[in-house]
Amino acid sequence: MAKKKVTKKKPIKKVTKKIDPKKATLETLVELIRVTSTVVPKDVQDVLYEARKKELQNTSAEYAMNIIKDNIELAKVKSQPLCQDTGTVIFYVSHPAGFHQTPFKELIKKAVTEATKKGYLRQNSVNSLTGENAGTNLGEGHPSIHFYETKGKEIEVKLVLKGGGCENVSAQYSLPDTQLGAGRDLEGVRKVIIDAVYKAQGKGCGPGALGVCIGGDRADSAYFAKKQLLRKLNDKNSNKILDQLETEIVETCNKLGIGPMGFGGKTTLLSCKITHANRVPASFFVSISYMCWAFRRQGIVIDKNAKIKKWLY
Amino acid sequence: MKKLTYPFSPEAVRELKVGDMVLITGKLFTGRDAVHKYLHEGNKSPVKLKNQIIYHCGPVTLKDKKTGKWYVTAAGPTTSIREEPYQWEVIKDHGIVGVIGKGGMGQKTLDACKEYGCVYFHAVGGAAQVLAEKIKSVDGLYLEEFGLPEAIWELSVEDFPVVVTMDAHGNSLHKEVETLSKEALQKIL
Repeated sequence: MAKKKVTKKKPIKKVTKKIDPKKATLETLVELIRVTSTVVPKDVQDVLYEARKKELQNTSAEYAMNIIKDNIELAKVKSQPLCQDTGTVIFYVSHPAGFHQTPFKELIKKAVTEATKKGYLRQNSVNSLTGENAGTNLGEGHPSIHFYETKGKEIEVKLVLKGGGCENVSAQYSLPDTQLGAGRDLEGVRKVIIDAVYKAQGKGCGPGALGVCIGGDRADSAYFAKKQLLRKLNDKNSNKILDQLETEIVETCNKLGIGPMGFGGKTTLLSCKITHANRVPASFFVSISYMCWAFRRQGIVIDKNAKIKKWLY
Repeated sequence: MKKLTYPFSPEAVRELKVGDMVLITGKLFTGRDAVHKYLHEGNKSPVKLKNQIIYHCGPVTLKDKKTGKWYVTAAGPTTSIREEPYQWEVIKDHGIVGVIGKGGMGQKTLDACKEYGCVYFHAVGGAAQVLAEKIKSVDGLYLEEFGLPEAIWELSVEDFPVVVTMDAHGNSLHKEVETLSKEALQKIL
């Protein structure tokens, strides 16, 4: 009989790993990119699944919405990009005073490279002069990073992956627009937004969602319009006039009959979010940022140890 | 649901009509902006495109570290209208019988489809996972110098789901929807 080996009981040492804040932040940012690329936020999913039920049976519109639903589920399970066009990578970072932006920027760039290697992002960044694709998603202006100093104590990172197809059907109008009979008033604004949705047809991978800015100069107007895409689809605009306009635009656009993928059908537009900015008397721009159904937006709050404290969507 | 199986032919695609939901099994070649421009400039195609289908797609591809083989992790269609200046020529000169993409194409392509026997298939944009699942193997990579999304990928697919939105008889669902939505728009405005 084999003797039982008597082993001395060693006192259990508590191993506390020192957290490397850079490494932890990097991991956190890669995880944010992974989830943004592979999972549709719940507020978007709810609206999409509701829209699916509205399409008539055995139509190509219903067929498209079924494939969309399958795709959402498959991407999540496989942890792979919802859409192969993983888009322009846009970060919105809110931070307290005293936060160092430069090292954080470097970490974001590293995370983007890492996420590209892992296949969460496609090699999607091209030099506009030479046509060269470095394969890292880094380059002039890429990724796009916006910082905001806030009174809060926490670091909040939001990420939008904006595909090229829907970016291409985004638009900016200058009022008055004589062709559309759109004047410098809310009625004119309404007209140009609906026109943008009509012009997009199925090319922006509808049913889509809009972010709109009324006013501002050309650059700010486009920037604020896109930022509206950070709002949850089920929220309510605190401005009563804009809230009413948002609802009206969605209802009206869904009478156009363009439908999912432009196949014809009930749902052309999932949502419309509108903000406004002051303008100079000579200009009146309306900017429309069109987002595809594969609405990739996520956000996190980062804790002291650079871990994810909370998901924002 | 109709089926279209490799080898493809102009005769087989002429049977298809706008609105048909089709499952494609066989070979596809990806080709998007850089490839179309390249062919338009008179360069020789590195693959024979006669009776083949071109897929407007820039896939996310990864190389298996052990086997060295490529595989596709996401492969939805890209917007087709950007190829409108070139597509008719590729249909005419290279004899392709199908184009898969999204968003539809214009009159030049529609005319070429009718004249030479070609069909435009609409895949569901953004459905990169459902479509990647239908890719059974990566059989070739050409024009890699264009960057991986822009290169030509030779793919074997099984039951790849598409809708015919432009047929070889001059019909286009895109034209139809645009006309109807324009009427609706005019009422609204």
